[in-house]
Amino acid sequence: MSPTRISLLLIGTLLTFAGSAQETVTPNGIEDVRLNAIAITGVTLYQPDGQYLENAVVLMREGRIVSISDNPAVPDDYFVVDLAGRYLYPGLIDAYTEYGIPAIEPPVTTGNAERLDGPQQALNTKETIRAHFRASLEFAHDEETRKNLRDLGFSTVLSLRADGIARGTSALVTLGDESANESVLVPDVAAHFSFSRGTTHQSLPSSPMGAVALLRQTYLDAQWFAQQNPRPFTDESLEALLRTGSLPQIMEVETWQQALTADRVGDEFLTQYILKVGNDAYQQAQLIEDTDAVLIVPVNFPAAPEVSDALDADELSFADLKHWELAAYNLRLLNEQGVEFAITSHGAGKDFWKNMRAAVAKGLPEQVAVDALTRIPAQLLNMENRIGQLQSGALANLLISSGPLFAEDTRLLENWIRGERFVLDASIDGRSGQYQLVVGSDNYNFELDFDKGKVKASLVSTEEGVDEIDVTLELTEDLISFSFAEPDIDGLVRLNGWPLDAGWQGTGLDQSGAPVAWQLTYVQPLVPDAAAVAEIDMTLPAPVLHPFEAFGRETIPVSQDMVIRNATVWTNEDAGTLITDVLVRDGRIAAVGTGLRAGDALEIDATGKHLTPGIIDEHSHIALTSINESATNSSMVRMRDVLDSEDVNIYRNLAGGVTAAQLLHGSANPIGGQSAIIKMKWGMAPEALLIEDAPPFIKFALGENVKRSTNPASIRYPQTRMGVEQVFVDAFSQAREYGRRWDDYNSLSAAAKRSTTPPRRDLVNETMLEILNKERYVTSHSYVQSEINMLMTVAESFDFNINTFTHILEGYKVADKMAEHGAGGSTFADWWGYKWEVRYAIPYNAALMHQAGVVVAINSDDAEMSRRLNQEAAKIIKYGDLSEIDALKLVTLNPAILLHLDHRMGSIREGKDADLVLWSDHPLSVYAVPETTWIEGVPYYDRQSDQSLREMVGVERARIMAKIAAADSGGNDNSGNGEEEPAHEE
Amino acid sequence: MKNNLPGILVGSLIFFCAPGFAIVPVPAPEQSEPIAITGAIIHVGNGAVIGDGIITFDDGVITAVGSAMDAIDLSGHRVIDLQGQHVYPGFVLPNTTLGLVEVENIRSTQDIIEEGDINASVRAAIAYNTDSELIPTLRFNGILTAQITPQGGLVTGLSSVMKLDGWNWEDTMLVADDAMHLNWPTLRSRDFNEETEQFETTDNEEYAGQVQVLNSLFQNASTYNGAPINLNLLAMQGLFNGMVRLYLHANDAKEIIAGVQFARRYGVRQIVLVGGREALQVKDLLLANSIPVIYEGVHALPEQEWHDVDASFRMPFLLHEAGLKVGIGGGATELQSQRNLPFFAGTAAAYGLDRETALSLITRNNAEILGVADRVGTIETGKDATLFVSIGDALDMRTSQVQQAFIQGRQIDLYGTQQELYERFDEKYSQPERD
Repeated sequence: MSPTRISLLLIGTLLTFAGSAQETVTPNGIEDVRLNAIAITGVTLYQPDGQYLENAVVLMREGRIVSISDNPAVPDDYFVVDLAGRYLYPGLIDAYTEYGIPAIEPPVTTGNAERLDGPQQALNTKETIRAHFRASLEFAHDEETRKNLRDLGFSTVLSLRADGIARGTSALVTLGDESANESVLVPDVAAHFSFSRGTTHQSLPSSPMGAVALLRQTYLDAQWFAQQNPRPFTDESLEALLRTGSLPQIMEVETWQQALTADRVGDEFLTQYILKVGNDAYQQAQLIEDTDAVLIVPVNFPAAPEVSDALDADELSFADLKHWELAAYNLRLLNEQGVEFAITSHGAGKDFWKNMRAAVAKGLPEQVAVDALTRIPAQLLNMENRIGQLQSGALANLLISSGPLFAEDTRLLENWIRGERFVLDASIDGRSGQYQLVVGSDNYNFELDFDKGKVKASLVSTEEGVDEIDVTLELTEDLISFSFAEPDIDGLVRLNGWPLDAGWQGTGLDQSGAPVAWQLTYVQPLVPDAAAVAEIDMTLPAPVLHPFEAFGRETIPVSQDMVIRNATVWTNEDAGTLITDVLVRDGRIAAVGTGLRAGDALEIDATGKHLTPGIIDEHSHIALTSINESATNSSMVRMRDVLDSEDVNIYRNLAGGVTAAQLLHGSANPIGGQSAIIKMKWGMAPEALLIEDAPPFIKFALGENVKRSTNPASIRYPQTRMGVEQVFVDAFSQAREYGRRWDDYNSLSAAAKRSTTPPRRDLVNETMLEILNKERYVTSHSYVQSEINMLMTVAESFDFNINTFTHILEGYKVADKMAEHGAGGSTFADWWGYKWEVRYAIPYNAALMHQAGVVVAINSDDAEMSRRLNQEAAKIIKYGDLSEIDALKLVTLNPAILLHLDHRMGSIREGKDADLVLWSDHPLSVYAVPETTWIEGVPYYDRQSDQSLREMVGVERARIMAKIAAADSGGNDNSGNGEEEPAHEE
Repeated sequence: MKNNLPGILVGSLIFFCAPGFAIVPVPAPEQSEPIAITGAIIHVGNGAVIGDGIITFDDGVITAVGSAMDAIDLSGHRVIDLQGQHVYPGFVLPNTTLGLVEVENIRSTQDIIEEGDINASVRAAIAYNTDSELIPTLRFNGILTAQITPQGGLVTGLSSVMKLDGWNWEDTMLVADDAMHLNWPTLRSRDFNEETEQFETTDNEEYAGQVQVLNSLFQNASTYNGAPINLNLLAMQGLFNGMVRLYLHANDAKEIIAGVQFARRYGVRQIVLVGGREALQVKDLLLANSIPVIYEGVHALPEQEWHDVDASFRMPFLLHEAGLKVGIGGGATELQSQRNLPFFAGTAAAYGLDRETALSLITRNNAEILGVADRVGTIETGKDATLFVSIGDALDMRTSQVQQAFIQGRQIDLYGTQQELYERFDEKYSQPERD
C-alpha cells in the first residue's frame, strides 16, 4: 500500500458518534439524533466460508450494517472511511463473561455448626438455586473491564453471575459507550447452571454429587410446581426456572468428567446443555463429542511449572506436565473430533490473543477459530441474525486488523461496535515502506517500519561503504521530525517536515548547522520477514494418554484368548486349589482342567505360580472426586456422578491384584449415597468402569461419625444413637407413605389422572422406596453391637434385610443374629482403637463371624491397604485359624456374593469373567507379588509392561521438563503462558 | 484344636472365667530356672540362621547359642523342644506413642503432645502406661521392645526404650531418656482440605522463623554452663557429649539436608534420621555422616502419583543397597496398626531384600540405632533373653503364630483383651444351638 490514503484514515479516527438515541430520554438541551452513515471501503473482508473479499465496501447506518459488497460506488449520504489494506472481521462475541455483574458478598462464617436454614424471601429453600437471578437487573457498566474486552476485539458479551447451581439468566451486552438501557441487547439470553454450590451460608449441598442431586430434584420440583394452579406456595426460583426453560441452557463444568455427568443429567430432563468446559476436554475428545453438546471453551493455558529445582520438581505431577505441553492443542483436537465450540476469553485475560495464536499455530484452522468467536456463539444464543456475521441488518460490529487475525504480527486496530468506532491501536503502519531520502545533494535509502506498534527508521547512504544508520524519529499524522548521525562526521542532521501524497518534505539543519531542504519519497513496500509466517506443525509432541496420567497408555490393552498352564489354581469352587490349566476366551473363563486344547490362544506357562480370582474390595473410596455429602439423608446422591477414571489408585489396585470394588459414599450421615461398583479398567471412561449388571447399593452409617462426634459445635440431627434409629424409622415410614401416594395416583383412571396433580417426585423417597421394595441393597457402616441390632430390627420391621454391614468391628458379638438376619459382614482384619467405638474391635472378628455362618469379606476403606488385601485376608489365618481357602475367599468370592455378583465374579469357573491374578508366590503370603492382573481377559496390569510404563514416565518427564527449561531460558514457550496455576492432583 | 493361640493359656483362662474384664496380663515373674530351647530354627537377627538350634538362658541372659552339633550343656535346664519352630529376637519398634495414648480421638486419653514448640525436658517414660490395652497386641506379634516417644512442636522431648512387660514404667525401662526428638520444620505441607476434599500443598511461611527458634535454642544449649536454671537447656546437654542421640524427624530431602547440617553445626554427636521418605535422594550426605535411617513408610502410598507403584515397598531395599544403616519403623502408621511391624519387614522382603536382611532391619538394626544392641536385637550369648517362638515365619502373616515369648528370660503372657474376647465368643458360637 502506498501512503497516499493515510489522510482519510486519520480523519476517521477523529470522528466520535453519539450512537443511536434512546427515545425515552429527555435531553438536557436540543435533540441530537444522527444517522451515522458510514461506508468502510477498501478492506479485505472475512467471509463465512473463510475466504476473503478484497476491496470490500461495508455500508452502515444507525448502528446496523446496510450492505456488504465489492461495489466501489458509495452513495453520497455515506461518509467514506477508507481502510485499504486492513482486514475486517465480524465483531467478536464472548459467550462467557462476568462483565458488569457484581459478585455476591461472601457469608459471615459462624463457626463449625451446620447452617441448614433457607433464605428469608419467597425463594427456593436452597440458597444455591438462584434461577430467579437476572443479570440484566444487576448489570452496570464497568469501564475498566469494558475497555479490556474491547481491546481484545469483543463487541458483544454474555454477562452472567457465575455463582450457584442454578444461576439464573445472563444478559447479552454490547460494549459501546451507550447507556445500560441500550447496551443490554437481550436481558435474558441464557440460563446458567453448574455443580458448584458457590457463595451460600447454607451447609448443603456440600459436594458435587450433592449438587447433581439437588439440580435433578429442582427440575422435578419445578415440573410438579408447574402442574398446580394456584401454586401450593410461592417459590420465585422455581417460577423463574420454568420461565427460562426455553432459553439456551449453559452448564459450567470444571473438568471433562463433570461434562459427562452434566450431559447425563441433561439427557434425563430432555435438556441439551451448552457446556462451558475447562481446557482439558481434549483429553477425552471422543466422549465429549458423544454428548452432542456445543462447548464454550477457554484458552487459558497452564503456566509453565517450575522445573529448575530438581528436588522440588519431583512433586510435579505427570498429568500437569503433559497438560502443560498439550493444553494449546485442546481446540485443535476438539475440532478434529468434530466438536462444535465457541471460544471465551474467560480465564485467559490479557493472554487471550497470545494463546489463540498458539492454538492456531498448533493446528486449529483459522476459519474454525473465527467461527468460534463469532458465528457459533451467536448461534448458541439464538442471535445469529443480529451478531456474529457480516450481513445486512446485523449490528455494525466490526473488527479491523492489520492482517489475517491469527497471524503472528497482526495487530487489532479498530473495534466498531454498533457503528461506533473504537481505535485500539493508533500507530499508523500504513506508511511503512522503503523510501528515497534526498537531503540537499545526498541520497539515502530509507526504511520506515512499525514493528510491534513502535515506529523505527534506518537509512543507508547510497554512497558505497556506508553501513546502516539508526534514525531517531517522531511521527504523527501531520508532522515528522527525525535526526541521524553519519559515520566519521561530527554532528547531527536534524530535519522537520509535513506529509505529501507519497511521502514527506521539509527543511532542516545539516551537521554544520546549515539549513537544508529534504524530501522523503515512497518507493516500495518493505520486504516481508520470511520468518514471520509461522509454520504449523501438525504432529502432536506426545500422544494423549488414557488415562491422562502416569502409567496411562496411548492404546488400552485388549482382551486376549489365552491358556494359563500349570499354575496352582485357587478355584474357590468344589475343586479347591489344584495345579491345572485355565482357558480364557472372549473375556470369560472357557475351561478349567488339565491338557486343555487351546488352538491359537496365547500360551502362558505359569508353572510354580498361583492363579486366583481377582480381588474384590467391598468398601473403597478410590476413583472418586468426592466422598461425602452432608445431608442426614443423602440417599439422593450417586457416586457414579463423581467417578474419577484418572485416579492412579486404580492402577495401584491392579498392581495389588484388585479387579473390582464398590465405591461407597462416606460415613458422614446415617443414610449416605448410592454406590458405584466398578472394575479397574485402567484407561477406560468413567461410565465404562461401572459393572453394567451390578445391583444398586446404598451406604448407611451408624455411630460416632453420623453423630458428628468430633465436631462439638454440630447441631445436625442426630446427635445420639437414639436419634439415628429415628432417622431410619422416619425415612422408611415417609418412603412407605410416598409409595402409597404414588400407588394411589397410578391406580386412578386416565380421566381422573388428568384432573389430579401427581405427587411430587422425591429422589430421597424414591431411593428409600427402592430399599423397601428390595430393589436396592444396603451396606451399612457399623461398629458396636447395639447399633447393629438396632438396624437389623428396623429393617425387619420394614420387611427387608440389611445386605452387608461394613466395618462391623463388633460383628463378632452379634454374629449369630447377623447370620439369622442374613446380613453379611465386610470388615477390616486388624483395625481397632482409633476411636472409642472400636475399642473392642478384635482381629478375630472375621473368623468369629465366619464361624457363626455370616458371609465375611475383608475390605480396605483405604487406597493403600486395598493393594494389599491378600495380606489382610491372610491375617485371618493368624487371628482365628481360618483355612487358607476360606481366607482367600474373604477378598474374592465372599465380596462377590455380598455384591450379588458371584454369578460372574469371585471364582474360577467356566463362564465367569476372566478376572484373574497371577501371583509369584502363595497368594496369601506377604512375599507374593502379582505378576499379571486381567479383567475380562484384558491384562490391565502386567509387571513387564509396568516396567516399560515406568520408563516412559521417566523419559517423558525429563523431555517435558527440558522443554520447559528451554522455554524459560528465552526459547519459545510451547504452550502459551496463561494465568492458570497448575492444577493440583487428587 | 486351635493352633494359633499361645500354648500357655492356662493362667489366662483363669481371667476368662473371672468376672473381671479387660485387665491386661499380669507381668511375668523373674526367670526362676535356666531354660534351654532346642530343636529351633534360630533367626539370629543379624542375617544368620541356625538350623536345629539350641539357646540357653539363665537369669534373663543368653548363656549359649548354637546348633545341636555344638556340645551345649543342657543340664539343669528346663528344656523346651520346639521341633522345628522358629525363634526370633524380640522385634524392636522405634518411635512409637505406645502407652502414651489409649484412644486417639479422645483427648483425655492422650499424653503425647506437650504445649509449646520446645519441650526438650519432657520425658515420655513417666507417662508410659504399662496397663495400656495396646501393649499385648504388639507383643502378640513378637514386638518386645519399643522406644516410647513424645510428639508435637519442634523439640518434642526425650524418649525411652522400654521392655514391653512390667508393673510400672520404672520396671519396664531398658534405657532411660535415650534420645531427644526434633521435628524439623516442614518447607511445605500437604493437607487435606475438608471443604474441597482435595489435598493441597502450601508453603510453610513460618519456616524461617521456626529455624531461627531452633538456632537460638541450640546456640544457648551448646554453650550452657548450668546457670541460670533452664530445664530445657539442661536436658539437651547429652546431645553434645554423645549420651543422648538426636532423632531428626524429616521426610523431605531439603528438610533432611537442613536438619543434618543444623545438627552438625551445633556439634550434635549422634544423629538418627526418622521418617526418611526421601532419604535416598541425599544418601551421600547420610553416608558421609554415618547417619542411620528409620524408614517408616513401607505400608504407605507412593509419595507422588507418578512414582513406581511399589516405591514404598521397595524403599528399605534401596536404602540398604545404598549402604545406609536402615531400620524399619511404624511411626507413619496409626499406633494400633504398628503391631504390623514384622509385616512391614515382610513386605520389604517381597520387594528386594532377602528375608533375613529384612528381619535384621527390625531386630539388630533397630537395636543398634536405638543404642540397645548390647542387650537386645540379636540372639547372641551375653545378650538379654528377649526372644520369642513362632510356629512359622514371623514376617509373614500367613504363618506368624507367636507361641511363647521371653523378655529378659521372663516368660510373658501373650494373652490380651482381644484373645480374651475371642475365647469368649468362640465359646458362645461353639455351643449347641439354643432355642
